[in-house]
This record gives sequence, structure tokens and C-alpha cells, in this order.
Amino acid sequence: MAEFKQADSMYEWFDQRLGIDKFLKVMMTEYWIPKNINFLWAMGVLLTVMFTILLVSGLFLLMYYKPDINMAFDSVNYTIMQEVAYGWLFRHIHAVGASVVFLIIYIHMFTGIYYGSYKKGREMIWISGMLLFVLFSAEGFSGYMLPWGQMSYWAAYVITEIFGGIPLIGGDLVVWIRGNFYVSDSTLTRFFMLHVLLIPLAILGTIVLHFYALRFPHVNNLDGEFFDYDAEAKKYLDGKKVESKVVPFWPVFLSKDFFVLGFFLLFFFYLTFFHFNFAMDPVNFDKADGLKTPAHIYPEWYFLWSYEVLRGFFFEIAGISGKSLGLIAFAVAQAVFFLMPWLDRSPMVKPANQRPYFKYWFWFLMVDLIVLTIYGKLPPTGTNAWVGFASSITFLSLFIALPFITKAEGKKVGGK
Amino acid sequence: MMDESRRGFIGKAFGAVAAVGGVASLIAMKKTWDPLPSVMSAGFTTVDVSGLEANKLEIVVWRGKPIFILKYSADMAPTDGRSVKVGENYYSVMVGLCTHLGCIPAYRCDKQDFKCACHGGEFSADGVQTFGPPPKPLEIPPYKIDGTTLVLGEEGPEYKAMMAKAGGV
Amino acid sequence: MKELKILAVLAVLVGITYYGIEPYAHHEMHPPVAPADFTYNGKQEVALYTKTMDEKLVAATENVAVQTAELAKATDAKAKEAITKKLEKAKSEVATLPETAKAEAQRRTDFWKTANHTAALEGNVTNGKVLVDANCIACHGIDAAGMPMAISNADAAASYGVVPPDLSSAATIYDAKYLAAFIASPVDAMHIQEKYSPESGKTFPMPSYNWMQPQEIADVVAYLKSLSVKKLEGKEAHKATFEAACGRCHSMQYAKFESTTPADALKTYMGTTPPDLSQYIKSRGEHYLHDFINDPQALLAGTAMPRVGLTEVAQHDVIAYMEEIGDPKKDERISLGIYTLAFTLVFAILGYLWKRKIWSEVH
Repeated sequence: MAEFKQADSMYEWFDQRLGIDKFLKVMMTEYWIPKNINFLWAMGVLLTVMFTILLVSGLFLLMYYKPDINMAFDSVNYTIMQEVAYGWLFRHIHAVGASVVFLIIYIHMFTGIYYGSYKKGREMIWISGMLLFVLFSAEGFSGYMLPWGQMSYWAAYVITEIFGGIPLIGGDLVVWIRGNFYVSDSTLTRFFMLHVLLIPLAILGTIVLHFYALRFPHVNNLDGEFFDYDAEAKKYLDGKKVESKVVPFWPVFLSKDFFVLGFFLLFFFYLTFFHFNFAMDPVNFDKADGLKTPAHIYPEWYFLWSYEVLRGFFFEIAGISGKSLGLIAFAVAQAVFFLMPWLDRSPMVKPANQRPYFKYWFWFLMVDLIVLTIYGKLPPTGTNAWVGFASSITFLSLFIALPFITKAEGKKVGGK
Repeated sequence: MMDESRRGFIGKAFGAVAAVGGVASLIAMKKTWDPLPSVMSAGFTTVDVSGLEANKLEIVVWRGKPIFILKYSADMAPTDGRSVKVGENYYSVMVGLCTHLGCIPAYRCDKQDFKCACHGGEFSADGVQTFGPPPKPLEIPPYKIDGTTLVLGEEGPEYKAMMAKAGGV
Repeated sequence: MKELKILAVLAVLVGITYYGIEPYAHHEMHPPVAPADFTYNGKQEVALYTKTMDEKLVAATENVAVQTAELAKATDAKAKEAITKKLEKAKSEVATLPETAKAEAQRRTDFWKTANHTAALEGNVTNGKVLVDANCIACHGIDAAGMPMAISNADAAASYGVVPPDLSSAATIYDAKYLAAFIASPVDAMHIQEKYSPESGKTFPMPSYNWMQPQEIADVVAYLKSLSVKKLEGKEAHKATFEAACGRCHSMQYAKFESTTPADALKTYMGTTPPDLSQYIKSRGEHYLHDFINDPQALLAGTAMPRVGLTEVAQHDVIAYMEEIGDPKKDERISLGIYTLAFTLVFAILGYLWKRKIWSEVH
């Protein structure tokens, strides 16, 4: 063990024991981020802040929430919303935050796709990010059940019923997941456990992995340029800050993020206080009733596109029932984004608008996802059902076509 | 050399024992998630069907599921293998959950059929799907006929005969 | 600037998605309906009735075609007989429907014309009191006249099905034309003719006083108007109106208020338990409630809830009370919201200035 000399200050005392100086350098002042970026690069910090806001507001909701089918609805809508000081504020923040966090996740995700930030060594960043998306989805779904309103109940019913389509074990699996033949108290308590402990723990762990995965391949930049980070960092440290292609995480990168965060929070608080119905569906202010189906059942907006892929197949094709086809398509839709680094076979790391074929693919995908999202909410009757079918087929086709399109693109640009 | 392989063996044995412990705890965890025995055995719902009004849907709850009991009026023809005869009258006895995604269809007595509000599926009065996404007819819950009452949850001879017929088709 | 262009693209994509899943989807799922109508002239009701009957006629005509086709396909005698029966029924429906519908529409129009005429008459309070004493107080209490209900709510519910309302505030919260219509024929005024149709075999607990002359009905209304009810203001008025107009059937758990008619009696009387209204301001929203309370059948055909005939002021009171109980933090939310937005704006502007300063060294 090294000799410890008497510390001259409290800072030094801690530094001797925890290596604060070195830690701050590695994590903040000498963690290098490319300079050539725009505000879309701030989404990661926005998500970190949003997760913290959700965690903190969740803690206070947890103080009064009662995971019991007879008490849950009133503990939320009366105790928390009416009695607890600022309980309503934490609930609004939590509910609106859960919705907005998905908006930012989608922007973050499609920024990654647009700029090709999942290629050439950045695969693990992409995969850990997609893992976070799946975990956030599970967190959102389990949390939506807790207020025990009509939409909580029926969305949970319909979504758990999906597993019933799995061959052989489906029926038993649904009962196993719910802990009963129907969505009931045992379902509520186990989803409560998932929502407040298991999934948040998994999210925290995966966030660490996601951040760590950034360290070796480094953050992508606007032009997908690869350069020598050590050389650029040295330039910066030598005072050639303007020529250097990098900036330190603190304070330069974060100052830009905080500026973006400020305006984002303005938008977020506007929604929280004045425009929250989109995240707190009026139907959910009716207490759950297993014997009364609401006229329209739909999941939260961020699940609509994959829900529409599920129900887009509403008739039998080649002897396979619509239900099974929908389930297969749904499973594919959940997994296919994970495969982006391998489906995109073009070696180009460039923003989509500079890629001759990929740009069409990207915007086609965006339009298709918006169509899926909108028709995922509309009642699936008449032409709506066919629009749903067409856009689901389009979604799957886009991913089948991606390797061929990008391969051709690779040939055209000749490995650039 | 001896030492090396011995250490390798002990290491592997240690790993194997740990793995067995891991699998055993996974089994315990899976079982903890299982529905409770009280839930599994819960509920034999008894309904007296003699007093029901014809062409008017009666809904009772059995294991948290709505059960449709529909007494046929004179103009409704019974379906072999789906309609239940209790006394002199025929009834439809079915789990009132759409076989598509589990919504509760509504009975339209003027059209004598069921319509699901969720995804537009339709069923005839005896529960056979006639339109839309439902993949199969409304399920028939296990029942036993006891005079003019139905015991839901018990498998009576009539139910078994009905299932055998359905299985044979 | 390029970043602003990107922001604009983002805003367009998010905006289209939002429009599709919120305003547009809600419009598709809940098509607009006729607005609340406080004229009580029966026009809207008759229009709705005529439309419904037209739809029924179309359905019946289709049914004839369907059954005719079925009959042609049927082979065995028993099935043929069953289908023939259905066909006959459908045919007779097609034949009689237009006449019945026309007659009923005329009857309803006349009914409301009479009620409007009655309400316009000058009533005699003294004679009204005599009529009320002879006809009403056997079942109704009138607290304001020192005549409370003689029996308990539970007993009243057991004898009549539902607790008969105390009449003290009847003339303040119910529209005069509605009141005149109600006395003449409760079922017609409440727009629940379907539920109490002759075929249903049900009778409404209160008889029709259609044997009274319009002048006599006007006297009764005049007497009810003369009752001096304590004038309440603001929240107290909202609460009192809610309890008088809705409280016999609906509970308000979050205000610790239980319906005066016991829940099990209500289930028998209405066929379903009327919902607790604590969160209805949130689940239904002010706009829907405004139209719905005015004429429930127009928005939810076949609902057990009758038209209660509130004046616009009384209905406003009821909805205000539902908001006070269901969303008591609204004012706090709005004021805190404004402060928070102002604070965040300062935060954002300072964030921008700080960023500019820091980045000036690296650009």
C-alpha cells in the first residue's frame, strides 16, 4: 500500500482516497466529444434528465400509491391528486414525462439512423440503446396499469392476450403472466414490482453500459468523419481550441446541452401544466371494470406503430390465421431495429441526405411509421383496416429491402 | 500435471453445482409467478336458467370472465354441438370474450347476433364467428346441467359429449 | 440557419403525428352531435326521433331482402317455417313503420307545443297550493313550505323505486317549460319513451297529470316558483343544485356524498348502478357533460339516464360542482404553471447566453 501523506485540505483528503482529480478528467474535462454536431446531439443528456425527473417524481408517488385493485384508483385520483400537497404535480410530471421521454427516444433513435451512428465500431452503442428502448417500453407499459383505470385495465388485457397467440404454451403463458385467468390483483402487484424496482434497476444498468459503449468508438459527428481523437485532444489542450475537432464534455458540450434542455423544459412544462390529456387519457379516469369494454381500446401513442403492425394482418393468408401473422409481424417489428448495423450493408457513414439510396429509404420509413402510428389509434374498420395492412406490409418490406438497397449503394459509391 | 487436472476438475464441479443451484432458484422463481392454488380452483358459478327471458342476453361472471347465457326464442334454431338444452328450452352458453383480443361483444336482439366494438368482429347467436378478425367461435365454458341450473366450472356429461363432437369434426 | 431548419422538420413530423392521434382520431371516434338545447320546444328531439326511425326502416327493408334470400336457400321444412316467420315480421315492420313514426313525431311536437303554451300562462299561486296539496305531497316533500318527506329515503325508495324529489327548488333548477311538460307526462318530458313503452310493461312511478287543464298546471308551476328557497351563492349553490338535480341517483364519493336512493334500490329501478360522478369532469370533460346532461338519449341512445330538464344556469352549477370536486387543483395548477414557465424561460435564456460565451472560445 502506498504511503499516505497528511492531507492539506478536505479536497486533497478525498482525492487521496477516491482519485477525484483523475475521475473528473476521465469523465468530464478530458472526455472528448466532436465539435461538428448540432442540437440533435443533446438528446442523450435530455434523456438522462428525463429519466431522473421520472425517477424522482416516481419516488413521491410511491409514498402514497397503493397497489391493490380496491385502493389503487382512489389512491391515485383522490389521495395523490387531491390530498397530498403537490401530489398532482408529481403525477402530471410522471405521466407527461413518460410520454415525452418516448418522443425524445424516437428523435434520438432516428438521429442515429439518419447519421449512420450504428456502424463501424458503434454497434454496441446501438444495441445497448435499443435495449434501453425495450426496457423503457416495458416500464411504460407496466406503469400504465398502476392507476387502475379503464384504459389501464383493457390495454393490459389486450396486450397480455397477445402472448396467447404463441403456439402450444400461449394460453398457459397468459395465465402465468397475469397470475390469474384475467387481469386482476395479482397482475397489478407483479406489474407494480416490475415498474418500481426490477425494470428501473435494469434501465440504470443499461444506461451505464450505453455510456460506456460510447468511450471506445466515440460519438459520431455531422459528417461521419473519422479522425485521431488523441491528436485532436492534444491540440485542444495545447490551446488550439479553434482548430481542434473536439471539445471536452464539461463544460463545452454540456453548455450546449443545457441550452437545449432549457427550451425543451419550457415545452415539457407547458405540456405538464396546460396540455396533458394526450398523456393522461380521459378514459382512464373511469375505474377499471373487467365487465365493460371501452368503445375504443388503444395503447399509449408510442406503442401505436407496433400495435398497428400487430393488427394490420386481419385476415388469413396461405392458411395462416390473421392473428398468427400479426403476432409474427409484431415480433419482427420489435427485433428488427436491433439488426440495423447488419441490415445496412453500405460502408458509408454519412448523413442520409448524402447517401444516394438510403435517403429515400429513411424518409419512406418515417412516413410509414407516422401512418402506422395514426392508424394504430383509429378504429380498424373499412378502409382504415386496409391502410393498416398496407402500411404494415410496407414496414416489413422496407426492412427486407434494406440490405439490397444498401449493398447497391455500397457498389455505387465504391466503398467510400 | 496431476494437480492441474485436479484443479480443473474441482473448478468444473464447483461451476456445475453453482449452475444446479441457479436453475433450482429459477424454478422457484417461476413457481412464485404461477397463479395461486386458490385462484386456480376458485369459483363454480351456479345459474338458474329457468326464469330467463328469451332473446335477452344474461351475463354472469365466472372466474372473472363474463359468461353469456342466451335463451332462444321460438324463431331461433338450435345448433347441434353448440346449443345447450336445459329442460324444454335451448340456450347458448359461452364465454363472452371475443376470440380475437378478448373484448366483450354486445348482443343485438334485433339482429340476433353479437358485435364486438373493438375490432368489428361479429358472431351469430350460437357464437360462431361470421365476420371480421375472430379466428374461432366463442368458447364454451365447462358446465354441468343440474335440473334447471347450470354449474359453470364442472364438466357434466352433456359438456363432455359436446366437446367430443367438436373434437371429432 | 441549418439547425433551425432541422428543428422545423422535426416540428412538422411531430405536429402531423400529434394531429393524427389526437384531434383527428378523437373526431373520428366521437363524431360531433347536436349541441345542448335549452329551448325545450321539442324540435331537436323530434328530428332525432325521425332520423332514428328512418334508419330503422332502412334496416328493416334490408332485412326483408336478406330473409327472402335465406328462404330461397332453405331446404328443410322446419327452417323454412322459422325464416318465413322472420320474413313476415320484417315485412309488417316495413309496412307499419312510416305511419307509426309519423304519428309519434306529430304527437311529440304537439306535446311540446302544449307545454310551451302552458308555461306562458299566468299562474295563480293560491290555486296552485290547493292543487299541490291535493296531488303532490302524498309522495313529495316540500321543505321550503315546512312539509318535509314523511318517510325515510330507504322506505321511499322501497315504495316508489326511487326517492321522490323534494319540490322546494324544483322551479329554480328546472326550466318552466320542462316542468309544465313533466307534470303533464313525465316519461315524455324525460325522453325515455322507449324504456317505458307500452310493450315494456313498465310504468313510471309518477303518473301523468294530463287530466289537468293547462291553466291548472300553470298554477302548480306558479306556486312552486313562489316558494322561498334560501338564495345560495358560488360553491354552496353549485353543491345544492348538484344534490337536488343529480343526488337522488348519483353518488360523489370524493365529496363524501351518497345518493339518497340506496344503491341496491337504484340498480333495480334503473337496471344498472348509476356511476359515481367524482371523476366525470375528467373522464367525460366539460363539453361532453354540457351536451349529455341536456339530453342524454341524444348522445347515448338507450341509456338509463333521463333528461332532467335543468335550466342553463342550473346545469352550469352542476358542472361547476363536478369540477370543484373532481379537479380541485385546477387554479393551483394554472398559477403554478405560469410561474414555472416564466422561471424556465429565464433558465433557458441564461443557458443560451452561457453556451454562447463558452463556445465563443472554440469556434
